[in-house]
This record gives sequence, C-alpha cells and structure tokens, in this order.
Amino acid sequence: MPKITYISHTGTSRTVDVPVGDTVMEGAVQNGVDGIVAECGGNCQCATCHVYVEEKFLPRLKPMAEDEDAMLETAASPRKSNSRLSCQLHVTPEFDGLVVHTPPTQQ
Amino acid sequence: MGVVIIGGGQGGFQAAASLRAEGYEEPITLIGDEPQIPYQRPPLSKGFLLGKQEQRHAELRPSAFYDAQRITLVTARAAAIDRASRRVKLDSGEHLEYHTLVLATGARNRSLAHAGAFYLRTLTEATEIRQRLTAAQDVVVIGGGFIGLEVAAAARTLNKQVTVIEGQSRLMARVVAPVVSEYFRSQHEAKGVDVLLNATVLGIDEREVILGERTRRPADLVIAGIGVVPNVELARDAGLPVGNGITVDEYLQTPDPRIFAIGDCAESPSMFAEALCRLESVQNAVDQAACVAKAIVGRRTPYTSVPWFWTDQYDIHMQMAGLPMGFDQVVTRGNPETRKFSVFYYRAGKLCAVDSINRPADHLTARKLIGAQTMLSPDQAKDESFDLKTALT
Repeated sequence: MPKITYISHTGTSRTVDVPVGDTVMEGAVQNGVDGIVAECGGNCQCATCHVYVEEKFLPRLKPMAEDEDAMLETAASPRKSNSRLSCQLHVTPEFDGLVVHTPPTQQ
Repeated sequence: MGVVIIGGGQGGFQAAASLRAEGYEEPITLIGDEPQIPYQRPPLSKGFLLGKQEQRHAELRPSAFYDAQRITLVTARAAAIDRASRRVKLDSGEHLEYHTLVLATGARNRSLAHAGAFYLRTLTEATEIRQRLTAAQDVVVIGGGFIGLEVAAAARTLNKQVTVIEGQSRLMARVVAPVVSEYFRSQHEAKGVDVLLNATVLGIDEREVILGERTRRPADLVIAGIGVVPNVELARDAGLPVGNGITVDEYLQTPDPRIFAIGDCAESPSMFAEALCRLESVQNAVDQAACVAKAIVGRRTPYTSVPWFWTDQYDIHMQMAGLPMGFDQVVTRGNPETRKFSVFYYRAGKLCAVDSINRPADHLTARKLIGAQTMLSPDQAKDESFDLKTALT
C-alpha cells in the first residue's frame, strides 16, 4: 500500500498506509491524523481537508477540476500554488512516498 | 453526567466531535439506534448504490476515534426523557443521566399506503437496495425529489430500465423553480428514464406498479422516496413544544434550557426564511451541532449559517444556497443548453436562493452574497459580463 506522510503546521509527522483508490483525506481520517476535518465527508463542498502538497509530488497528481479550484478559494488558511483538497486526491501506486502539509487551521 | 446526545447521525456525531474540539472535558454519550458506528448518508443514494463506495468510506470516523475522544457510543433506542430527574430512559430499561441533552433524532421516511416498496435512509436499507438492484431489470422509483432522482440516476447508470413516478406536475417541485425541474426532467429522459408526472400509484403487485386501469409499469424493484417525518415523539412526550419539528429558539434551545435540538428533527427561526424552518441537510446538521457545542462550553451565539445543499445525478452536480421558499421572481445566468447555469431566486426584490448546475464558483459566491444579504439586482445576476464577486465588495 502507498505510504503517505502528513506533516502538521507545528512539524508533527505521521506516515500511514493508504489503500489505492481511497483519497488522501480518507487516509488521514481513517488513521486519526489531526489537521484534516473533512466536514462534508469528501464531497468537495467545504474546503476543510485543505493540504499543501510537497512540490516535487505535484506532477504525479491529476490536475484539479473546476469545483476544487472554486472551493479552494474559500479555504480558511491561505491558498498557495501547491494547495489541494485532499478529498479530491485519489491514491494511485505513484502516490507512494507522498508528503502533504496540513495548514494551521481548516475552519 | 455530562452531555447525552440522542441520535447517531451526522448531527449527533458532529455535536460530540465539536464538543471535544471546543475543549469540553465532561463525559459525552452518543445514543444511536443503528448497528453501525456513525456514518454519512449522502453517498448512500449516490456512489454507494453504484458500488463505487463501501461502508468504510461512509463512516464519519473509524471506531478508534470514539475511544481516543472519550465519546461513549451506546447502541439503543431512547424510550423517554424524564426532565425532572434529567434522565434518558433507554428501551433496555437502563437510564442515563445528563447535565445537557442534545436531541438529534433525525427523521424517518414517510411511507406509502401500499406495501411492496423499499425505502432508503439507512446504511442497512441502502445495502439491501444495492443487492436487489444487481438482479433487477425494471426499477420503478416513486417520488421525483432528490432521493428518488438520485436513485433513478444510479439505477439507470447500472443500465436498468427506470421509471420515475411523481405526483406533482414537475420534479423537485417543493424546492426548485420550474426551469430547474424541466432541466432535470430533460436530462433523465435523455438518459432513457421514463418520467411520469401528475401520476398516482394505485397499487404495487409482485411484478408491477399499477397507475391506472390500463397503465401499469413492470417492476422487479420499487423504491419510494416521498419525503420524511421528523422524529419528535420523545420531545413531545416530555412536554416540549413541537410543530413541524422540535421547536427551538435562535440558539437551538428548547424552553428547557438543558435541552437543545438540532438537524432534521428541529424547527428553528432563520434569518433566511419568513417562518420557522426545518431543514434536511448535512450543512444544517453540522453547523447546528457546532453552534450547540459552542453554547454548551459557554460561547453562545445565534445560529445564522447560510443553508446549502447539493445533489449529484449522472454528471450533473447541482448546488443550492439559501432558501427559495416564497420566491416571486427567477432569473437564469448562463444557458441550460451548455449544461452549466445558475438560477437566482428573488423574494420581494431580495436575493433569497441560488441553484448552480455545474457552476461551483457561482455557488460559492452565492453563499457569501446571501449570507451578507448583499444587494444583487436580477439584471446583474443574469448578465454574464457582470462579475458576481464585485457585488460582494
């Protein structure tokens, strides 16, 4: 299973195995990783699963759709060039080693 | 004693989670009458029926979360509330004492007078429908509201012959304008769904649904989605006021200061409606739960969240902001033929709701426009050269 590392804004790091097909958000929620709220349950409706993806992994991700792009504009922490909604990142084998940073606040 | 929450749906779960997030330290007990740990319902009529999602994807948190957060899950039905001794009696005969009680009892499906239909609200029901859908060829859906149409879309996507039977003259008549109803009818028909409007079900036989002497539809699976009834009995029997829901004030509090009610079961004042309103949505359950959690830890503020809602049918993603009830004017932004448009609802000249079909940016701007009660004229709303965001500044 691909390993994904979540690093909080204070520097706490957690690495977990996430099944292919699950989302990066689900990987966090299922493993009790703090910093991802996912209030709407993964429906791209709330921007509380915002993450900053480490730059070198960006080329491995599918480009974002219009709804994710619009939703990110409402995120509670600043949007950056590497901002994504983790509920829209479906894990593939290429995600192994992925590192994402969670923002200071989601709400 | 702490907080006892009755109802393990989205609202009850969120109340427990938000209390801990707010720093609440006393015991929290969450009473649910379903066999599963709390899960989200929206996927049940969408990805779950299609087999794209499994139970673990629907669970709001893994079971370890409840231990870690010191939230006690009790699988039982609450039988009565004794306000004098501040106790909830369970159907097992056991009693739970509370300092504060949160009623998140939800709603149950309204049922047809005829036997023979399946209903979809719980994971157990959705699992059964999903299994039966595999073997079914002819599916009849009774009710052309959100649930009915989502089920119809899923069944058609699974290549079933699908008929939708709606009693009103248009789809989703209670909550959307005719232009939106018409769009959804045309999309379902284009996919091959037989949509029957102004139609009444006279009976359900083993293999067909009877609509009239000569009108019958073959059916090896009948699913009804004809609305819900709020679960108010516990509150009513405890002497709390009940209308179309458990009646609460703007702080979501009943006249008993130790008892709050949230989500599908509660009717509350809303700055977005002219009368008390009871909403059936994830947003309402989640935001009301968070509002009550704050009140319990001493940071009481009125509930003022902008209502929003969504539905997915095929590749149509519709998002709704605000409340359209009593609208007297509608304008459309964009052309429905492009499959991307928004409909703006006005009540007495004021923007009250926006439905966005595959236009997520419009929806998010609409939430802000409605929340801030911004002036946006119908002419501005329909003029695509006018940037909606400029109205916010």
